[in-house]
Amino acid sequence: MEASSARLAGGPEISMHGFTEQPKGWLSWLTTTDHKRIGVMYLYATFLWFILGGVMALIMRLQLAQPDNTLLSGETYNSLASMHGVTMIFLWIVPVLAGFGNYFVPLMIGARDMAFPRLNALSFWLLVGGGIAFFCSLFFEPPQAGWTSYAPLSDDAYSPGGGIDAWIFLIHLTGLSSLVGAINFIATIHNMRAPGMSWGRMPLFVWSILVYSYLLVAALPAIAAAATMLLTDRHFGTGFFNVADGGDPLLWQHLFWFFGHPEVYIMILPAFGIISEILPVFSRKPVFGYKAIAASTVTIAFLALVVWAHHMFTTPTATVVLAFFMLSSFAISVPTGVKIFNWIATLWRGQIMMKTALYFAVALPGLFVIGGISGVMLAVFPVDWQLHDTYYVVAHLHYVLFGGSVFGIFAGLYYWFPKMSGRLLSETLGKLSFWLMFVGFNLTFLIQHSAGLSGMPRRVYDYPADAGLTAYNLISTVGSFLLGIGVMVTVVNVLKSVKNGRRAGNDPWKGNTLEWFTQSPPPANNFDTIPRVRSVEPMKDIRREVQKAGKASESVAQPVTSGTS
Amino acid sequence: MPARRTLLALAAALAALLVFAGPAAADLFTPESGGSPNADKIDTLYKITLYISIPILLLVEGTLIYSLVKYKARRGGQAEQIRGNTSLELGWTIGAAVILVILTGVTFAFLNGITKPEESGPEIAGGVQVAAIGQPDPPGGKGMRITVNGQQYLWRYDYPGKESLFSYHEMVVPTDTTVTLDITSSDVVHSWWIPKLGGKADAVPGHTAETWFKISKPGLYGGQCAELCGAGHADMRAVVRAVPPDEFERWAKDQRAEIKAAQDGLASQRKAREAQTGGGG
Repeated sequence: MEASSARLAGGPEISMHGFTEQPKGWLSWLTTTDHKRIGVMYLYATFLWFILGGVMALIMRLQLAQPDNTLLSGETYNSLASMHGVTMIFLWIVPVLAGFGNYFVPLMIGARDMAFPRLNALSFWLLVGGGIAFFCSLFFEPPQAGWTSYAPLSDDAYSPGGGIDAWIFLIHLTGLSSLVGAINFIATIHNMRAPGMSWGRMPLFVWSILVYSYLLVAALPAIAAAATMLLTDRHFGTGFFNVADGGDPLLWQHLFWFFGHPEVYIMILPAFGIISEILPVFSRKPVFGYKAIAASTVTIAFLALVVWAHHMFTTPTATVVLAFFMLSSFAISVPTGVKIFNWIATLWRGQIMMKTALYFAVALPGLFVIGGISGVMLAVFPVDWQLHDTYYVVAHLHYVLFGGSVFGIFAGLYYWFPKMSGRLLSETLGKLSFWLMFVGFNLTFLIQHSAGLSGMPRRVYDYPADAGLTAYNLISTVGSFLLGIGVMVTVVNVLKSVKNGRRAGNDPWKGNTLEWFTQSPPPANNFDTIPRVRSVEPMKDIRREVQKAGKASESVAQPVTSGTS
Repeated sequence: MPARRTLLALAAALAALLVFAGPAAADLFTPESGGSPNADKIDTLYKITLYISIPILLLVEGTLIYSLVKYKARRGGQAEQIRGNTSLELGWTIGAAVILVILTGVTFAFLNGITKPEESGPEIAGGVQVAAIGQPDPPGGKGMRITVNGQQYLWRYDYPGKESLFSYHEMVVPTDTTVTLDITSSDVVHSWWIPKLGGKADAVPGHTAETWFKISKPGLYGGQCAELCGAGHADMRAVVRAVPPDEFERWAKDQRAEIKAAQDGLASQRKAREAQTGGGG
């Protein structure tokens, strides 16, 4: 009885007959329109950028390890800080989530591919183009105006080099990539769900990708417009952001953050979705409050569009506006809190299997709640006047984006790797990686709250020895290297296991959703027969029916039980 | 697991190092304060939000860890197939909302004390010119209004009065006097921030931000630009030197004389050069 047993072995294996093999050779990868191969390419490309962005962060931490350090100049430090932020946001978190979405949305809804497979390939190659255009700036002059490229600092008068133009290229190319991808997700999810999969039976990860896509469509035009205005300001004599020409620097900030804050939720919601899939599977329980989790995703997305000016509390702005954005930011913490409570309730009275995927999944609420609470404190705008643009904010955003999104992404990697490769990742290396990352992460970022409270602004390349910041920064640097080692352990784990890992079988975790119904890795056409969906946990139903029948059952989409594997 | 134990030991050692770091640990949990009443009020408001937050944090982390330990899979164990609990879910939604309503009330209760400049002290010496013509007076009519201008990478302060009085980097102010700042920038966006004297105010070209402070203890109050403004951002520092009013008056007199001398010198130099080049300029 797998429902009552915490062990993974045993129980019937389900496989299929009649599937299409994947073509072979490198050319088949370059020309592929298969959502799984595109997904895998997304994952490889984004992990590469993640490592590059991480190396930049470590160089910055080396510079800050000592007061008055001369390792880097102000210019180099600003370039690294800008490129680190841009890489992590536009080339790592947003696209890696699109990668998981690409691979798993069609599988989870029982579709054979995305709605527009060629558009899907275009999405990926636009992303690669954006990344290359941006990184090319390393060979002339990288951008130095932060990931936010605030005007007028980013205007031609103060940033004459080409770095900002490379940034504009990246914004347009990755923006188009995301936009095209988002439209593809929306079309796929609305139209291609398996028979019986009503909105109330759609996996929570698919809900999160749907909402992620709508948010991208809503938010990206603002940054595309702003980047184009900056381009014409820089090269064609307009003055949108230039006071002397009747423009206004605050216009940039409004446009940027109208995109920038939804972007934050674009980066976290799919990670929430990933762990909403993982927690029930590994506690052998249904997810607690399915409707509340789905509804809170939608609520968060709506509110995400009306909180942007909380990034601008220190600008000259009327108090009534500040109060509005404080209240809207408070409001968004309610549905987020609801999610956290629901996840904990999912674990409650379960039978929790202590696998690496669960470790990472549980770390998400554990760490995100710290970033969430510091977020509420930052939303109190008089308090923000002290904390804004300090290391307190750096700590807050890393608790949300690393403790939240990245731990969620790693959970997804450990959970889905067996499906994508047919092999299990090493649990020993996985847990080692987890503990190194968990301890390293907290060592790096917890102390940064105190650095910020003691007056250390962000984006500074040095600080004086008498500022009382030396101990904080040294601890943070030590932590960052532990974190880096932890990430590399997972990289090694993946590279080792992809060829030599233990064979996973179709359904190593006894999953709830349809991706576990097909082979690992899935054949080109995903499914032989699309099963009819009768609940929010279709795979659980299939396993139950197979077990009842004892062998292949026509009523459950003709799966055949393989003997052993 | 030994690896895990080593890591925990390392973490503990570093935590201990931090605790014994002495002055560095003085302001571990709260913002800087002690220079001006608005900074003190922000500090109090921060503490209140922190005290509200800590029980919530402990509750969440506690339940999470408890569930992980208590409900670890056991041979023959049964997972309860619970799908939800409407009253529980409604309860925590409303609970969260109520906490935020309280927080809103507290914030508005503190807001006036933080944003409205206090009445200036009575001790200010008669000779100090406090406001330029056309500027609204701070409450009490005895405060001082200074224009702050951010420039890559230094701060310029213009004092009111008919005779030119300004300084760079170090702002000298009289104690017990409400100083109101009009903050702007002449190039990129900067942010004025002296942590012990209250919150930040961005210096945005084309806009004027306002903030204030009132210092009772003479001394030096340091800060720096808090908005990325270019390669020298980290070195764009500012110091406020608070001195008793009579000393301020002396400083203002000397500074005015110095500026006048410099300007006169410059003027005569210019004249000399013009004479040399035949008035072409």
